[in-house]
Amino acid sequence: MENSKFKIQNSKLKSKKPKTITLPLTKDEVLSLNVGDMVLINGIIVTGRDKIHKFLFNNRPAKNQIPFNLEGAILYHCGPIIKKTQKGFELIAGGPTTSMRLEMYENYIISRYGLRGIMGKGGMGAKTLNAFRENSCVYLHAIGGAAVYLADRVKRVTDVWKLEEFGMSEAMWVFEVKDFPAIVTMDARGRSLHEEIERRSYKEFKRLAGL
Amino acid sequence: MKLCDAIAELYRKAATSLPSDVEAALKSAYEKESKSNAKAALATILENIKIARKTKRPICQDTGVPVFFIKVPVGISHLELKREIIMATRIATKKVPLRPNAVDIITDKNSGNNTGIGFPVIYFEEIKGNNLIIDLILKGSGSENAGQLYKLPAEELKAERDFEGVRKCVLDAVYKAQGRGCPPYIVGVGIGASRDQVTRLSKGQLLRDIEDINRHKILYELEKKLLEDINKLGIGTLGFGGRTTALGAKIGVNHRHPASYFVDVSLSCWADRKARLTWKIQNSKFKIQN
Repeated sequence: MENSKFKIQNSKLKSKKPKTITLPLTKDEVLSLNVGDMVLINGIIVTGRDKIHKFLFNNRPAKNQIPFNLEGAILYHCGPIIKKTQKGFELIAGGPTTSMRLEMYENYIISRYGLRGIMGKGGMGAKTLNAFRENSCVYLHAIGGAAVYLADRVKRVTDVWKLEEFGMSEAMWVFEVKDFPAIVTMDARGRSLHEEIERRSYKEFKRLAGL
Repeated sequence: MKLCDAIAELYRKAATSLPSDVEAALKSAYEKESKSNAKAALATILENIKIARKTKRPICQDTGVPVFFIKVPVGISHLELKREIIMATRIATKKVPLRPNAVDIITDKNSGNNTGIGFPVIYFEEIKGNNLIIDLILKGSGSENAGQLYKLPAEELKAERDFEGVRKCVLDAVYKAQGRGCPPYIVGVGIGASRDQVTRLSKGQLLRDIEDINRHKILYELEKKLLEDINKLGIGTLGFGGRTTALGAKIGVNHRHPASYFVDVSLSCWADRKARLTWKIQNSKFKIQN
């Protein structure tokens, strides 16, 4: 998703210039993002997947009980492979995990902790889409399976929470990213590419199956 | 080299190097794609495959559930092979490294080394000959969660007990999966008499070469038709829309009971990580391919 590479690989894509965004995100910045936009993310993002979501949802820790500020942050659905070296933590591979598993938790977490972006893969459902609209938040679709390509856009692993308790792949990690690519597939105006594709494919499925 | 070290190398190969048939199919999907986001995603995927192979890092951070399909010459102990695999799994988890994915149901703790009750998954089959053949799939759970089991007839799909009914089940499974299991998918289908058997059969289809030709002409025709229809759904790479929703569809069959007609659909993400170790029993010479 590097700009330069696409110019070489496909001239048709030249017009689609990625938008660079820097964290923390403001409400206005989120509102300027639309479904279909390619973005390059810069700054600090945090990870969280199944156990973190379950914990935040059920234990409801206050903002000051979480060691990082989630206000304006991007929560990345990712269970990375990280190696501990003498210099610190080294990210080996870190692509997105399927976001839909977190559907029952996410709307609450977005509104309670003031997140401005959810990043993962596969998109989320109606409840989360509604939370995006109500809280000015956006869904960023990372490239599923591109784990080393994406790990190379993480400059540093700066911190971690709940490592002992939840383990490597379920802990909340803090990544400093540079030009981390993603595509906006659900925006703060209530548009969802996933909903649109699902509707279209349902029509086609019914036709093909003779239903 | 000891067998367990060779199996650890098999893990490395499967995790870090995508098989050439899958990579070629992804390249062809890239060439054909006209939707900009899907095409950009495919370009990133192809670039990722190259980097992973070059730097010997896992293609995807979810190194999955290891599933072994083993063909064992007569006289070799399955118990000892299992012990070698468990040792190899612990070595590979550290050395490759793999992500520890085995979670204890009772304590909810991760074992940290990818071994546990029924983990890795191992299927043995005894064969004639002098070579031990070990096929390994690293099955990511995004796509594993997207699989479906059907019991025909299924009225809601108007699916009867015939190939037309099978076709409807497969389309239903892919439609329901949408982009959540990282398409373009490789679709494995198993048909037969019992639920446990068809799920194993459908997963085994994921080991087949994308370009292979089913020896049963009628299944070959159905595989072609399935692929064509799946790609009309328009789900596309990662669910962004586009021309390629699946790279291949493969069907395996068992005999069935008159009262039963089970169809299982296994989906693999685009990162269909598989590799084969062939080990000569006489002299411990081996090769690893994918």
